[in-house]
Amino acid sequence: MCLAVPGKILSITDEDDALLCAARVSFGGIVKEISLAGVPEAKLGDYVIVHAGFALARLDEQEAQRVFTTLRQMDETSR
Amino acid sequence: MTDDNDPALVCPAPINQHAQILLAHGGGGKLMQQLLDSVFLPAFANPLLNARHDGAVIELGTTRLAFTTDSYVVQPLFFPGGDIGSLAVNGTVNDLAMCGARPLFLSAGFIIEEGLPMETLQRVVTSMRHAAHAAGVTIVTGDTKVVDKGKGDGLFINTAGIGIIEHSLRIAPDAIQPGDAILLSGDIGRHGIAIMAMREGLDFESTIESDCAALAAPVLELIHAGIDIHCLRDLTRGGLAAALIEIAEAAHLQIDIEESLIPVVQEVQGACELLGLDPLHVANEGRFVAFIPAAQVNQALNILHRHPLGQEACLIGHVQHGIAGRVTLQSRIGVQRIVDRLSGEQLPRIC
Amino acid sequence: MKFVDEYRDKDAAARMAAAIAQVTTRLWTIMEICGGQTHAIVKYGVDRLLPDAITLIHGPGCPVCVTPVELIDKALEIAALPEVIFCSFGDMLRVPGSHSDLLTIKANGGDVRIVYAPLDAVKLAQHHPEKQVVFFAVGFETTAPATALAVLQASQLNITNFSMLVAHVCVPPAMEMILSAPHNQVQGFLAAGHVCTVMGYTEYELLAQRYRTPIIVTGFEPLDILHGIYLCVKQLEAGRATVENQYARAVRREGSREAQQIITEVFEVTHRQWRGLGVIAGSGLGLRERYAGFDAVRRFGAAAPGAMTPTECISGLVLQGVKKPQECPAFGTRCTPEQPLGAPMVSTEGACAAYYRYRRLPNSRTALQETNP
Repeated sequence: MCLAVPGKILSITDEDDALLCAARVSFGGIVKEISLAGVPEAKLGDYVIVHAGFALARLDEQEAQRVFTTLRQMDETSR
Repeated sequence: MTDDNDPALVCPAPINQHAQILLAHGGGGKLMQQLLDSVFLPAFANPLLNARHDGAVIELGTTRLAFTTDSYVVQPLFFPGGDIGSLAVNGTVNDLAMCGARPLFLSAGFIIEEGLPMETLQRVVTSMRHAAHAAGVTIVTGDTKVVDKGKGDGLFINTAGIGIIEHSLRIAPDAIQPGDAILLSGDIGRHGIAIMAMREGLDFESTIESDCAALAAPVLELIHAGIDIHCLRDLTRGGLAAALIEIAEAAHLQIDIEESLIPVVQEVQGACELLGLDPLHVANEGRFVAFIPAAQVNQALNILHRHPLGQEACLIGHVQHGIAGRVTLQSRIGVQRIVDRLSGEQLPRIC
Repeated sequence: MKFVDEYRDKDAAARMAAAIAQVTTRLWTIMEICGGQTHAIVKYGVDRLLPDAITLIHGPGCPVCVTPVELIDKALEIAALPEVIFCSFGDMLRVPGSHSDLLTIKANGGDVRIVYAPLDAVKLAQHHPEKQVVFFAVGFETTAPATALAVLQASQLNITNFSMLVAHVCVPPAMEMILSAPHNQVQGFLAAGHVCTVMGYTEYELLAQRYRTPIIVTGFEPLDILHGIYLCVKQLEAGRATVENQYARAVRREGSREAQQIITEVFEVTHRQWRGLGVIAGSGLGLRERYAGFDAVRRFGAAAPGAMTPTECISGLVLQGVKKPQECPAFGTRCTPEQPLGAPMVSTEGACAAYYRYRRLPNSRTALQETNP
């Protein structure tokens, strides 16, 4: 369930009403207009995870590395 | 689905339980195959047809001809990288090329819906002229019908084509040998995504253009260079998956491919991720697979890489005895799975 | 593609699988809740990389599979009306109701359209004031913010020809039902990462404690799933039972406050029937009274109680993880994606469809191994 895909924010259409806030988001180069009502703090260049035209959350680059850090640590302890 | 869900009344081996034609019957997937197997092939049965290849190879004395037909019902009529006209020319040219033939002549039949703007027809016909010129074929005969408004999707085109086979290779699924290598002429999924980008309710901004192109030239170069081509198939509706499954079934052999070797450009991947589509099943109009002896892979790739339509050509897998008709894919993380036909058109999903 | 490709890396997957094998000393049974995770597991073959001691069973997290038959039948009834444009996610088009499905309604002349986002349906309503536009709101809490936003926008723009047939379901009550079932075999859970992106995971902390079951909030790529399994096994081996967040790049403990606010403005918790499982209390979302004007049930009449023709379908047992698809007597013979007896064979992330498409034969390990030299 819940196919959600990471995309990069290219431009934001600011609205007074937060519910109307939207962005042009790039998914590997194809661009779609996506609602930012769920992530009002999102900025240009941020990556968001998008489901059914709605950005669910900003992607945290540091946290994204966590699994790779874990793998590196495993490699080190197994030596 | 069937009107009757009671298993007690259902024949244990139903071939075709549909009382009417569904859109999926034209989708290039399982239902279309069922339609062919249960309606058309039994009715017209003959050895040429039963060879189940893209075109029929006909022997007239010492001359071998290839003969094929295809109909084009695409909506929208115009899309990035092509239109129904260039599709109609290239599609039939490609079916001839897949027999190893040099395409020569096409017929063009038009079924036009009343009310279609003259300018639209003019654009399509001009496009066909350009495509025919680029492919080296002449449109020598045709037909025109007009149907009542509401009875046709703007414009339908049928093209039939004749080509001449100027070599002695037998290019057909039953010429494939275990151990053969499978080459793919370029990246997949462009045509289907270019069309999807315009579809209401699913549309998105994209620079992807259809890969619609005539493939006779690179194929003939391979033949002239002495590549011992066993089989060819252009990818169309149903994508790479459908093409490989059809061939595995017709050849009664197993095909094994590797996901990491199959080229997909970023934008196509992005669109597929967004809509939940598998690129393996997305339509193409300017790509082919070639089954050749493994020993000739490097030579064949060198030839293809020199051609504008083959620059991204690559090896994607091999043929083995295995289980007849099976296609397997080694996933990106190294585990093997089956590649199956879809039951109908691949639909976008959110789950 | 960034945030995607790196989580499908073969080498990283192999290393994580090796790490799992290293920490596993006993037999463990883990359930992944979400159909999207099931799909990834079967498609990439993640389970084939695990040591034999670990059994993965597939959970009911397929909102398509669990949408009640009555609602499907209602959708078909509405979609067949000449004045209606019926909008749906592609997932629902082939799901069988009692006698038919949306694709067949479309073949018979119904105006059925696939949309990517619920807001697309609202736009259609704006462009076609002479028609009634109805949207089939299926999905977990992940999808609810998008459908709620559609209602809010329609409301703001005074669009009166738009309505929704709501079939939303919530995950935690289903997890509790599985954990409290007498035949429960599940020792650890991989929770649905995208649901938690919206809702956070505070709801799971009580479940983990009460049932002494580790719950790992997990993503959807092969590496995420392997990582989630690793964290789960580590807890099981150590006798711990807490909620851990594997999918930290997208999930925060409290979830998305804004998305939750949008949901609670428009929806309230209801009871919901799950196809194959029965009624689960407090497991659905329904439109609040103040937005009842957008309820397709109000506009077109209530769904008739399901007169479901009995079939061999054992989807309930498959969804609870009690049976695997290939253990169903009809699997692959009387029940195939072309002629499905139940929803899990139709949905792209239904367990039955995944096994049929990617494995097909009853004993898949053997089936593929026999072709390897």
